[in-house]
Amino acid sequence: MKRWLPLLLCLVLAPQAAAFAAMHAQREILPNGMVLVTSEQPALPIVAVQLLIRAGSRYDPGDRHGLANLTSRLLTRGTPMRDSMAISGLVEGMGAHLGTDSGRELATVSLSILKKDLGTGLALLGEVLTASSFPERELERMKQSLMASLRAKKDRPGAIARDAFRAALYPDSFYGRPVQGSEDSLPTLDRNAVVEFHRRYYRPDRTIVVAVGDITHAEIKQKLNDALADWKAGGGEPDAPVTLRQPDRAPVRLDRDLAQSTIIMGHEGPLRTNPDHYAIRVMNQILGGGDLTSRLGEAIRNRRGLAYSVYSYFVAGRNAGRFQMAMQTRNESAREAIDVVRAEIERVRRDGVTAEELQDAKSYLTGSFALGLETNDDIADFLGQVEYLGLGLDYVDRYPDMIRRVTREDILRVARKYLQPEKLILVVVGNLEKAGLQN
Amino acid sequence: MDWTHRIAGLALATLLPAVAGASTPKGMVEVREEVLDNGLKVLLLENHRSPAVTFQVWYRVGSRNEVDGKSGMAHFLEHMLFKGTDKVAPEEYARIIRKHGGRSNAFTSHDATVYHATMSRDTIGIAVELEADRMVNTRFEEKYFAPEKKVVQEERRMRVDRPRAALAELTNAVTYAVHPYRRPIIGWPEDIQRMTLEDMKAFYRTYYSPNNAFIVAAGNFDGEEMLKKIRETFGKIPRGTEPPEVGLTEPPQQGERRVLLKKEAQLPSLVMNYHAPNVGHPDSYALDVLEMILSRGRTSRLHRDLVYDRRIARYAWAGYHRVSADPTTFSIGAQAMPGKDIAEVEAAIDEVIAGVRDKGVTKAELDKAKNQVAAAFIFAQESNRGQAMRIGFYEITGGWRRMNEYLGGIQGVTAEDVRRVARRYLDSDRRTVGILVPQARKRS
Repeated sequence: MKRWLPLLLCLVLAPQAAAFAAMHAQREILPNGMVLVTSEQPALPIVAVQLLIRAGSRYDPGDRHGLANLTSRLLTRGTPMRDSMAISGLVEGMGAHLGTDSGRELATVSLSILKKDLGTGLALLGEVLTASSFPERELERMKQSLMASLRAKKDRPGAIARDAFRAALYPDSFYGRPVQGSEDSLPTLDRNAVVEFHRRYYRPDRTIVVAVGDITHAEIKQKLNDALADWKAGGGEPDAPVTLRQPDRAPVRLDRDLAQSTIIMGHEGPLRTNPDHYAIRVMNQILGGGDLTSRLGEAIRNRRGLAYSVYSYFVAGRNAGRFQMAMQTRNESAREAIDVVRAEIERVRRDGVTAEELQDAKSYLTGSFALGLETNDDIADFLGQVEYLGLGLDYVDRYPDMIRRVTREDILRVARKYLQPEKLILVVVGNLEKAGLQN
Repeated sequence: MDWTHRIAGLALATLLPAVAGASTPKGMVEVREEVLDNGLKVLLLENHRSPAVTFQVWYRVGSRNEVDGKSGMAHFLEHMLFKGTDKVAPEEYARIIRKHGGRSNAFTSHDATVYHATMSRDTIGIAVELEADRMVNTRFEEKYFAPEKKVVQEERRMRVDRPRAALAELTNAVTYAVHPYRRPIIGWPEDIQRMTLEDMKAFYRTYYSPNNAFIVAAGNFDGEEMLKKIRETFGKIPRGTEPPEVGLTEPPQQGERRVLLKKEAQLPSLVMNYHAPNVGHPDSYALDVLEMILSRGRTSRLHRDLVYDRRIARYAWAGYHRVSADPTTFSIGAQAMPGKDIAEVEAAIDEVIAGVRDKGVTKAELDKAKNQVAAAFIFAQESNRGQAMRIGFYEITGGWRRMNEYLGGIQGVTAEDVRRVARRYLDSDRRTVGILVPQARKRS
């Protein structure tokens, strides 16, 4: 079966964008089920390739938390042809980058390489995807290294707070657990489990490949066919629906001898498919988006000097969403800062936003859109998300209109619907005695 | 590595050590240089590949220019430049850039204070006007200064309230006895606390003038139009008096210095700072290659030996701050694996260094480093901001033209050069070793 779905799109960057070669993207489903998305960017002789594979931590079996992450990290640590150091040596010798990572839904493999070395790079990519041998000694090394990372993480209050917030928001779910697993689960992971995880989930029909750079669609397709000839479809089992239980809303207070309290507040939020997505984006831009010109920035930093950094955001995924804000303030002002955040959330729910705030936020969101698409990696990240979330390759054209259409009434409505002060989960990591936040 | 270290004010993405220029001779970047009558230098790099323009104003003042008791002044002043002018209300600068679809920020390093905005070609003129305005018209008002002092204090807590950052700050303070690089860019807590509005004004008047600044613009603009706009705005600002030179030289170190930091932490770590020459010194290329051979990638010597083979370190790194206004440091550091003794880690680092000093490096290692530099040169051209930063840091430290000598300088390094600089500079009598000793929490 061969399906051709080539689509062209022009990224309209700005009115003067006619001066640029338009950004084209092309999409095709290959015979092995892999989705290929490409964008030719011929200005520099380099190529970025990213694979998004449905092999994230949601597929960790039972209580073997961390298996997806371990598998992803071991992918480049040995094949029948090359050992771990030989793989790294080959990549580093070309001045290239080959990296693997794992999230909750997706595992990613990324390659950035000079065009002249692309053949070698893709052959190696094919080798690690299809023939990774997961040597026992590399597995032991990696587990030891991951255990040490979990230990080191305890020195990072931001990481502690984020983990605690997720655990409270998504109890008993892979969304609530660290991708890396835990000090209890890591020792239980063995080579058989890794090999089986890889066999089940690292499959072309679970994979999106995005290639951006000095290469045509036809060229990269040919090269991928050569490099991945041995990669067979077979990971067809449908995903079980994600069910989330009610969050644990009791405040989480973790006592640490620090000069600052790290504070996270937030609650559940809508999915990416929610039609209010764009209105929510504009609303959050005004409330706590980006730099310190937001309402939270103004109230917390500029007016009161309570924090260096404060921001809020909505994460809207395929299966879960959340609203989250974060700041660090000296312990003694933690309570005041929390009250100010609550008051700003209440204010936008009560009064909405001004016409000027709305206009400024819309101008920023539409105008800055293209600024984030400078490098091949930026474009590949973007196209990968567009494909994964099913936004369609015309998303770049539609996005500005979706933003422009948002009205003040929309903002007031989504603020009242999606900001839920009574549901806020509070996490504080700091000196609780000084913060006056002891249990 | 190079100048991506030593910056306070915002998190900079790591930029690859290479320069730019697509159609110019290999390894060269074609910067257009103009100097206005008031002494303001303008460096332009046109590139019509992407839609945006990065516009940066660089002031030749950083923590290097501060005096004892007034540390953190350059950085604090950077914050104050967002507090408005006669024409622009406090915090309005960022708001104006934003509502025109742009992004802006600023940072302070040891050597420079930099304000930057990225916008589209047809709106970048707004950033030019605002930057010219605040070069001379910044308002200093107590009601904005007081809360901003608290913000700077929070920034300091956020950056230093972590064991490794605290170790780096302390070790750096002992590395230099005389030179102002010993002071943290963000300043010591008491110095920040004592700072006054009058201090700010005086510092601003001394260092913010067209003849003590330069402009870097990179991206999609027309050079003539950009120059015209800059002349119409910055060109009207009168030349200021020349600010004082720093003129402090660190005396040669005679004997190792050691410092311990006992602090609540999970794992011990260490940092070693060796005195080393900066950009402009012929040895700086070989030191850059040495840094790559020691620490770039999994196959580098430190990672392979300490992390992979012996498994005594969680990570190990080297960092050479080459593009620096004054002589600098070549640093090496590591964090111990749980259960491992930091003394064992230190001994292993010393063995790695001795290996280079005694036996040198291989041709394969040298070739790998050179390939990495050549590839990074091409990747770096993807980012306008990265290119502008690089031009700016070279200009601060002795002239942007040195940037064009880099690729050739690296390609000319021999294995013997690497061994020679390792022997000369990685000398334990010329180093400061800082060790983080984890403590259990003290209950008060």
